[in-house]
Amino acid sequence: MASLNVLIAVCLSYVAVLFTVAFMAERVAMRGQAHWLRSPLVYTLSLSIYCTAWTFYGAVGYAARSGLEYLTIYIGPSLVMIGWLWLVRKMVRIGRSQRITSIADLISSRYGKSNALGVCVTLLAVIGTTPYIALQLQSVVESFSIFAAEPGFRPRPEENVSTALWVAAGLAFFTVLFGTRNLDVNERHHGVVMAIAVEAVVKLIALLAVGIFVVWGVGGGLAATMERIDASSLGYWHTDGSRWGGLIFLSAAAFLCLPRMFQVLVVENDMEAHLRTASWAFPAYLMLMSLFVVPIAVVGLDLMPAGSNPDLFVLTVPLSQGRDGLAMLSFLGGFSSATSMVIVASIALSTMVSNHIVMPIWLRLTGDGASISGDVRHVVMLARRVSIVGVVLLGYVYYRISGGGTALAAIGLISFSGVAQFLPVLVGGILWRGATRIGAFAGLGVGAVMWFWCLFLPSFGADVILSAGVLAEGPFGVSWLRPHGLFGLDGVDPLVHGVFWSMLFNAGAFFVVSIFTFPSPMERLQGAQFVNVFNHSRAPQGWQGGRAQAEDLMIMAQRILGPSDAQALFHDEARRQGLAGYLPDPTADFLQRLERELAGSVGAATAHAMVGQIVGGTGVSVQELMAVADESAQMMEYSSQLEAKSEELTRTARQLREVNEKLTQISVQKDAFLSQISHELRTPMTSVRAFSEILRDTDGLTPEERGRYASIIHDEAIRLTRLLDDLLDLSVLENGQVSLNFRRGTLEEALSHAVSAGRQGDRLAIRRDRGDELVEIETDMDRLSQVFINLIANAQKYCDAEAPVLRIVVRRRDGTVSVDFIDNGSGVEQDMQGLIFEKFSRVGHHKAGGAGLGLAICREIMARLGGTITYLPGQGGAAFRVTLPDRSAMAAQ
Amino acid sequence: MSKTVLVIEDEPNIIEAIGFILSRDGWRVAVHSNGVDAVETVRRRAPDLVILDVMLPGRSGYDILRDLRAESGTADLPILLLTARGQSRDREMAEASGASRFMTKPFSNAEVLEAVRDLAGG
Repeated sequence: MASLNVLIAVCLSYVAVLFTVAFMAERVAMRGQAHWLRSPLVYTLSLSIYCTAWTFYGAVGYAARSGLEYLTIYIGPSLVMIGWLWLVRKMVRIGRSQRITSIADLISSRYGKSNALGVCVTLLAVIGTTPYIALQLQSVVESFSIFAAEPGFRPRPEENVSTALWVAAGLAFFTVLFGTRNLDVNERHHGVVMAIAVEAVVKLIALLAVGIFVVWGVGGGLAATMERIDASSLGYWHTDGSRWGGLIFLSAAAFLCLPRMFQVLVVENDMEAHLRTASWAFPAYLMLMSLFVVPIAVVGLDLMPAGSNPDLFVLTVPLSQGRDGLAMLSFLGGFSSATSMVIVASIALSTMVSNHIVMPIWLRLTGDGASISGDVRHVVMLARRVSIVGVVLLGYVYYRISGGGTALAAIGLISFSGVAQFLPVLVGGILWRGATRIGAFAGLGVGAVMWFWCLFLPSFGADVILSAGVLAEGPFGVSWLRPHGLFGLDGVDPLVHGVFWSMLFNAGAFFVVSIFTFPSPMERLQGAQFVNVFNHSRAPQGWQGGRAQAEDLMIMAQRILGPSDAQALFHDEARRQGLAGYLPDPTADFLQRLERELAGSVGAATAHAMVGQIVGGTGVSVQELMAVADESAQMMEYSSQLEAKSEELTRTARQLREVNEKLTQISVQKDAFLSQISHELRTPMTSVRAFSEILRDTDGLTPEERGRYASIIHDEAIRLTRLLDDLLDLSVLENGQVSLNFRRGTLEEALSHAVSAGRQGDRLAIRRDRGDELVEIETDMDRLSQVFINLIANAQKYCDAEAPVLRIVVRRRDGTVSVDFIDNGSGVEQDMQGLIFEKFSRVGHHKAGGAGLGLAICREIMARLGGTITYLPGQGGAAFRVTLPDRSAMAAQ
Repeated sequence: MSKTVLVIEDEPNIIEAIGFILSRDGWRVAVHSNGVDAVETVRRRAPDLVILDVMLPGRSGYDILRDLRAESGTADLPILLLTARGQSRDREMAEASGASRFMTKPFSNAEVLEAVRDLAGG
């Protein structure tokens, strides 16, 4: 027989194990090796705090009283995880992007960072959760007393009370130790989460072990147990449609709204991807938890004396069979369920209480708040610790007052229906941009009042708070205000009745008031960010600050984040802005970032207020917000982006069109060249052939004729050779195989040579300024002359003026020398200007007999010499500019 | 009265060669070396045969040919087209434009003489 002392020893060592687990997890996380801590499995197991002592013990009692109805409590969350995962995912995304610390923070943040709303949610959450904590204490105390009662020993009430106090104190201690180690929730409570995951495993194993023992050890196998179930009244599906529907809805809503569920689901979430695993693993866990509930209930009802509490069958059945070890395991399972719930719930509530109630009050009391001396971190930490103790204490007080008499499940459902009041405001805020703060107040207020009247107050039982008269007749005899028969709706299950009315009025008031009120700019901004959380990667800008405030901000941030974190943040931001040191400009971006960081410690509303105190009041910033974040501004930004895009596209299209035109023209030119080169080769060939035939075949030619025809053949042969030379020259230049012979000289030298070689006859007048031409250059003088010759010959060939004149102008500028060749003809048509340097292009047809290679060769030569040759438009005639680096520039290279 | 051949060609050496060959054979040779007013010259001179180069300054030989064929007076005039481009496309264009015969440079003197005799006799 297990003595109370053994039980206490087991209990203490179990707690010691939990301490070790939590401590080790914290250590590992601190060393940055938390990879395995962040597995989806741990996340899923931490969700199992949904299964509290109510589930562990109460589900069997529930089944013993109401048959299969207990399943509804599991079906709701499973439906949410499977069917509404998108909503959960959205909540998690919002929680991470906005650094949300609690459900109150989420709602307050969504509705314009309204702290009043945060206070409302916090109060309601505390009221809704307190009975639940009491319930956990009660379950631990009762399970203790079961053990203590064996054999034949009646627990005294005072002992129960002292047990409850000890348990409460122990839980508060554990939670304070691991729940408030660090301030920023983004650092997460690894230790607590790990301990909870371990407890989740323990309670599952415990319940499965008891179940297996009951089915195979007591019930005589699966078939026999099934027969027993069939024989009992539990197997029948006496379902009440509205109650089943109501309960499924209620458990689903609670799953999303319970502060402790929000804590593990959203705040402690490390990776969004974990949700995918949890979406099937969590329902599977729930299924395992519910697997043996009915067998235990049925066997318990058979085995135990009539009148024994079915809520404790999980313990009493193994004990009655003399299985102390199993009972001990079962006790640990229940203990785990209770403790994990209390720990997480008190962490969640303490965050809410300290961020939404204690901190704002403290900020107000200390006047200009953040800028006075004193460590804010210390205050926040203290507020949380006090809150944790307060919350647990409140549960204890509730336990003392209620006397622990009511059936466990009933309290659980009252709690569920209380926090379910958040649902319209929560879901509406995430999905509907039109939801307003006033609407949220209306919905929450009406819902809370109705829940209070119809469910919470009557839950204490007749004559505790509400007199039996009020319950039966209504207040002051107004019968349509009866808590269980509101508006004359009688004959419905009281729970369904209360949930129906409170949710209907809550959602209705929220919706109608939202429609008839206008959101403030801040609400609009936050609403857009919440509803479109998957589109917005970063927040629009909110604050504008001056340089002088950076230091104040730093002082404040150090107090809240701690000096090293704050300095790292400021240094990082300064570096990002391209500044040295630790004081970045308080840009809107940075203030937004800072506010988010602070929000992780003290909640969005408080962080907003603190930054606002330094940067200059919320009034101004709201105006700025209006300008920046107004939807129209966003849309204008969008459309201007689109415009820029389309302009860019137009530009690209134009470039493509130009390139295409050029390619087409070049292709035409190449085709033309094949004809051209054929023509250029065949024309001299024709003369050669014709005259050689004449010389061969004709008798009686005079010596003059012979001489003349022979010299025609000779000239044409030279013309052919020149053409082939040009082609080869170009090919060599293009392939880069040309060898250059650099030497020093003056431009005058090169130009004089070119003029004498290029000019034929006196028709073309050439104007030069030899003084300007005395520029020293170091280049391949022969190649440069070739270019000049080409240009002079071109002027000679193409200048169509009556008295053609070519001006050669030399200029020096910025280390380059330019030589312009400007004639007085009609110049090159604009559409040809881009093509004249291409191979085989010729201006006009045929006129001068060139093959169209000259300028192409010039361009290649100038490229080799490190200079350029370009057409110079707008000079009143054809004008070419040759540029080349002058000698000093060359020498410098 | 010997028959007249009008040579429309811009390359002086080729004009001289053709002129030499034809005049030795007893033809009267007239020369025109510009595309722009070639059609008018043909109309004015009314030659028995035209030797027309395709690549002329100012106007393409094909265009001149088409104009000549469109006029009643010169619709049936024998015209020998000369081109320095040997591609099949040029032959097609010559036929489409209504050339009586088509010849690619460089030609042999005997060929030219034979073609001229054929065209003028037929």
